[in-house]
Amino acid sequence: MDEAMAEVLLSLRHISKNFGEGDVLQDVSLDVERGEFVTLLGASGCGKTTTLRIISGLETPDAGEVILNGQDMTDLPPESRPVNTVFQSYALFPHMNVEKNVAYGLRVRGMDKRAQAARVREMLELVQMSEYAGRMPAQLSGGQRQRIAIARALAPQPQLLLLDEPLGALDLQLRRQMQIELKRLQKKLGITFIYITHDQEEAINMSDRIAVMRGGRFEQLGTPEEIYDHPATRYVAQFIGRSTIFTGTVRSANGYSAVIENENGRFTVDSAHAEIREGEICDVCVRTERMRASRTPVEGFDLPATVREARYAGGHVLTYVTTRGGVEAVAEGVERMCDAPAAGDTVYLHWNPAQAAVIGGASHGA
Amino acid sequence: MARKGGMRGDARRNAMFVAPMALLAVLLVALPLIYVLGTSLVQTGEDFSLGATFTLDNYKRLLRADYLQVFLNSLQLALLTTLVSLLIGYPFGYCMARAGRRWKALLMMLVIIPFWTSALVRIYGWKILLQANGPINAVLRGLGLIDKNIKFLGSYGSVLLAMVYCMISMMILPCHSAVDKMDFTLVEAARDLGSRPWRAFLDVTLPLTMPGILAGCVLVFVPSVGIFYLSDIMGGGLVLVGNLIRDQLLKVRDWNTGSAMSMVLILITAGVYLVYRKSGGDDLGVF
Repeated sequence: MDEAMAEVLLSLRHISKNFGEGDVLQDVSLDVERGEFVTLLGASGCGKTTTLRIISGLETPDAGEVILNGQDMTDLPPESRPVNTVFQSYALFPHMNVEKNVAYGLRVRGMDKRAQAARVREMLELVQMSEYAGRMPAQLSGGQRQRIAIARALAPQPQLLLLDEPLGALDLQLRRQMQIELKRLQKKLGITFIYITHDQEEAINMSDRIAVMRGGRFEQLGTPEEIYDHPATRYVAQFIGRSTIFTGTVRSANGYSAVIENENGRFTVDSAHAEIREGEICDVCVRTERMRASRTPVEGFDLPATVREARYAGGHVLTYVTTRGGVEAVAEGVERMCDAPAAGDTVYLHWNPAQAAVIGGASHGA
Repeated sequence: MARKGGMRGDARRNAMFVAPMALLAVLLVALPLIYVLGTSLVQTGEDFSLGATFTLDNYKRLLRADYLQVFLNSLQLALLTTLVSLLIGYPFGYCMARAGRRWKALLMMLVIIPFWTSALVRIYGWKILLQANGPINAVLRGLGLIDKNIKFLGSYGSVLLAMVYCMISMMILPCHSAVDKMDFTLVEAARDLGSRPWRAFLDVTLPLTMPGILAGCVLVFVPSVGIFYLSDIMGGGLVLVGNLIRDQLLKVRDWNTGSAMSMVLILITAGVYLVYRKSGGDDLGVF
């Protein structure tokens, strides 16, 4: 138990905050381990930035505690916390050149000049910006400013780096490249990252764990795989990835698999992760890339649907169908347009029962 | 062809808007200035008519210790006015920019309302407040802080008070606008990187709002050098450049020397503005 405790770097305990217009955060708790990459994912206004500002000390919670390394930091001002932030707007000091920006955190902490210069050089090398030391922020591109913001935040050797949508302003290609670089940087330095994004793909690509936030609460906290494969709520299922959700009544369940029926027909899911009983109503989430549409009925499934359209999507065909009960679904699995069903055809939806998720199953309850 | 014609049309339209302004500027600013310059360079005839002989005597006549002292008096008063205005005006402008919407509106009103009445009337108001048997002395006596009425009027402080009172909005407004435009995420970044609030202010807020400070200083200093009636009303007994010029023009009737003094004053203020612009100061809508 002691060992497990020692691993935890940051604990948020029952944090609440409101700005006078309803709660922004409601009883948020989170343990982050040393070296971990945790992402707060959610739509704008879900409270993720407020959570980050409470960790950095730029905001004080109304209730709850922020504990770092076992020490209560709740009432410490930001300058007294070994935590640095990469701001969404980068917030580089426009009147200082790159070198002075990166050195700022060292200078105010009174590091001697020579050590400062060495550390700045090291940081600029780390983000591959050495030749830009003398430039002013206004002379840099968005991606370059981003790198300087990261170097500046890393220079004082924080125990925890907070990143507030750091890639939000970059174009897609640069964004993908920076995702890889950031992840590599984090592994290399072994620094704990808390990362904010509203981009689910980014969250899945980079994180060790993801906290999906909604309305000031954690909707689900888990590894990217857990969140993708076993969403805890309909919101998580819909926010992350593309999927179809069927609601139905459990007709039979034997602990391994369950047969569920609704107005669209009947289908089978793996119930090993879910505690479901006969007669219960439950939601089942099927990811688009796991949904299949065949021309003949498949064992265990009775989900006939009418094809609205088949569209080539590069490497695979997306088949848009409407079920008997009026649910609009998308299926993959066909590679060439000549194999795709035509509009108006009847197809039968099915999937690998192990790859469909019963929402709110037992695997994430505990 | 069509495009070229269009551009010429634009230029003509622009000229239409600019021409009346240019005409006004020439009539109201350039011509009087040229007249003053001319007057300062010629000699007056017996019957107060202007002679046509070019001379620098009017300027040479200014090289007197007592005249120099007068210029120094004016510069000192203007400098002190600027300093006090800055010390009060910057925090005021800062708070105004950082205040909530309702407070901001209220503070802005406080700055703007004085413009609605004549400065002269407001200064007489101060005179009544400060006089020996006036309300301020009454309050101080009532509080038991003083035994005898203080003679505020006539002191250097009362002149400075009147000067600051009249000029401070010229300091508050540019300071307010500079603080208002500043991105306070930068201060948060400084705090996040380990700066205490004061350090963050000195490292980030102050340098980034410096253009506003400099603009405010120029806007207060330049008119302050020439003002003399405030000192007269408050009974300051100071001899300022303005007094000197007025006396030359209206009492001694030596228009040539008066014009030369005016030209020196204009050169001083133009010099201040030039230094300000050369050091990267913002355009104040002049040039």
